[in-house]
Amino acid sequence: MTESIINFYELRRKQPRFQGIDAGHRACLGCGEALAARLVLESTGPDVIVANATGCLEVFTTPWPESAWRVPWLHSLFENAAAVAAGIEAALKAQGRQSKVLAFGGDGATFDIGFQALSGMLERGHNVLYVCFDNEAYMNTGIQRSSSTPHAAATTTSPAGKQRMGKRHLKKDIVSIIAAHHIPYAATASVAFPSDLRKKVRRAMAIDGATFLQIHCPCPLGWGHESEESIAVARLAVQTGLFPMIELERGELTGAMPIREQKPVVDYLKPQARFRHLFADDARAREELEHLQALADHNIEIYKLLGSGVDALDSEGADTVRRGGNRWG
Amino acid sequence: MRQTLEGSQAIAKTVALCRPQVVAAYPITPQTHIVENISKLVADGALQCELVSVESEFSAASVVLGAAAAGARAYTASASQGILLMSEVLFNIAGLRIPLVLTCANRAVGAPLSIWNDQQDSMAVRDAGWIQLYCADNQEAVDTTVQAFRIAEQCELPVMVCVDGFTLTHTLEPIDVPDQDLVDQYLPPYHFARALQPRQPLSLGTLVAPDYYAEARHSHHQAMLHAKALIAQCDRQWQELSGRASGGLFEVHGASDARIGILALGSIVGTLLDAHAAHVQRDDVQIIKLRSLRPFPGAELAVALSGLSDLVVVERALSPGGGGIVGVEIRSAFHYHGVNVRVHNVAVGLGGRDVPLSTLDRILDLVAHGSAEEFQILDVQLDKLPPEDR
Repeated sequence: MTESIINFYELRRKQPRFQGIDAGHRACLGCGEALAARLVLESTGPDVIVANATGCLEVFTTPWPESAWRVPWLHSLFENAAAVAAGIEAALKAQGRQSKVLAFGGDGATFDIGFQALSGMLERGHNVLYVCFDNEAYMNTGIQRSSSTPHAAATTTSPAGKQRMGKRHLKKDIVSIIAAHHIPYAATASVAFPSDLRKKVRRAMAIDGATFLQIHCPCPLGWGHESEESIAVARLAVQTGLFPMIELERGELTGAMPIREQKPVVDYLKPQARFRHLFADDARAREELEHLQALADHNIEIYKLLGSGVDALDSEGADTVRRGGNRWG
Repeated sequence: MRQTLEGSQAIAKTVALCRPQVVAAYPITPQTHIVENISKLVADGALQCELVSVESEFSAASVVLGAAAAGARAYTASASQGILLMSEVLFNIAGLRIPLVLTCANRAVGAPLSIWNDQQDSMAVRDAGWIQLYCADNQEAVDTTVQAFRIAEQCELPVMVCVDGFTLTHTLEPIDVPDQDLVDQYLPPYHFARALQPRQPLSLGTLVAPDYYAEARHSHHQAMLHAKALIAQCDRQWQELSGRASGGLFEVHGASDARIGILALGSIVGTLLDAHAAHVQRDDVQIIKLRSLRPFPGAELAVALSGLSDLVVVERALSPGGGGIVGVEIRSAFHYHGVNVRVHNVAVGLGGRDVPLSTLDRILDLVAHGSAEEFQILDVQLDKLPPEDR
């Protein structure tokens, strides 16, 4: 009998990838951040040193005396991952060593408390790839709002109530601020598009200088969706235009993943409990939904995200084509 | 060879002799010339090192943390508000047991804003887990800086070299800056056993639950206590090479049968010794220079000073609502070790207030007249204050 069914396990075994974070860590089911970190390290390979900010990633990978890391890894504090990475890089330079230095931080560590150290590291042009795992709130401490939390999302410090429809402020446009440092390469990526994510990591790894990657990572606990929905939810963030997938070189936009067919933002918001209050029979809720749709439309307009027809690397094709699929023709 | 140098310049030259691979610093006010001088040495090609001009003191401490963890000898300098801004990182460096050397150019801490010298900054981070060595003059600052790298790298603890701001850092003195050969002989290249490297991927700074935290803290405390012998040994070894010692853990000047002792840290030791020699010349007075505040040589001090009737602890900082800082520790050590010495405690020279030679007479008068209080700011002028604050 001929083997007609593809044995995916066998295929995977034959295509060994470097696993920088090993199995057995304590992330929640469906954790976008754990997946993103694994994907990043698959692309960097083992010749890296990681400086990790305080946060979920640090906590769920290193409960002493265990560690999931197969690369040298240092956690110092919440707000200094970029500066610690800069110090490691300076040491490697002084010693004539070549390993790439990575800095990992969540959105709190990147957008808020560690922002100054990050800006300094980028300005000085250290050979560091800074990866922000953006799950849009302080998940490790109990889902408090950060400056990355989207407008109208409910968190424990921006709850919805009679007087409030969740977070009153906008999500900080971090990648534009980063790009304004005129670093060689800054990009956004999503766990829903692993091939695209890997490509962007490889691009950053090839650059001798400061580079930045913002990865959209769903948090089932904080966003309030089913754990098996993580990838679908992350994909909808891209397909609606709420999370634009862009690349910037020296501050100039050089790439954007086209959206083949724009989905309405309610498709993205509905599966998530953090937006549940927006679906109440309430004029304010309807107004906020309009705001969010306008934000998505604005992204699509400024980044010219609406593709013209079928593109192998658009929002429907990008996650399959580089795995030899190209099932969209 | 003795040269006339500003303290900051001498410290910078000495740091360069120690062959640091990474130096990071931020010019917070108040700033010293240490890092400026190091920058010039790098610009002139006299020192090969990565100089990282960071955007804050917080990042200065973080950069040298990362550099030392990656196996590079690293150095930074700070003072006052800068020390307080980096204090979270200072605790972290010590807890991670990262060997580093930091010069603290001691200054007051605002508010009220003061850029002048006292020792409130280093006292505020007394519990950070760093070794703290206080220098009485610029020669000691030079010699202690060389020793600090050796101490830090041998016991994997960071060392803060405390040098009085302005009084030492901005003062010209004849200083013997050692030869490169001598420093190389004393200070082997830095090798960090836990260095970050892909061939041996270690995880540093992991999450520790209550089942291990107490053990980690105990181990840190023990390492600090063990460092006492190392600090004394490194000073002796430096003396064998250079002919100069800086006083080990502490140093007692004056007659061994003296009845009154005066203990101080930093540059006022020189003032007290000069006053003792020139003005008072009483052979019943000892001047004690405390060099190592952390680790604190409590038992050793109790033995050395047990013959005194009175000890006056003179310090350049205070704990408002508590009193003296060093004074309390000395009282505690004497009490535990059963030493019956009356301990008086005064603060002088706060926020750069001049400490004249007559200070010694005033202190001795207080002891003689039995009018010393548990703690007092000696040179406070109460008539400047509203009645309710006196």
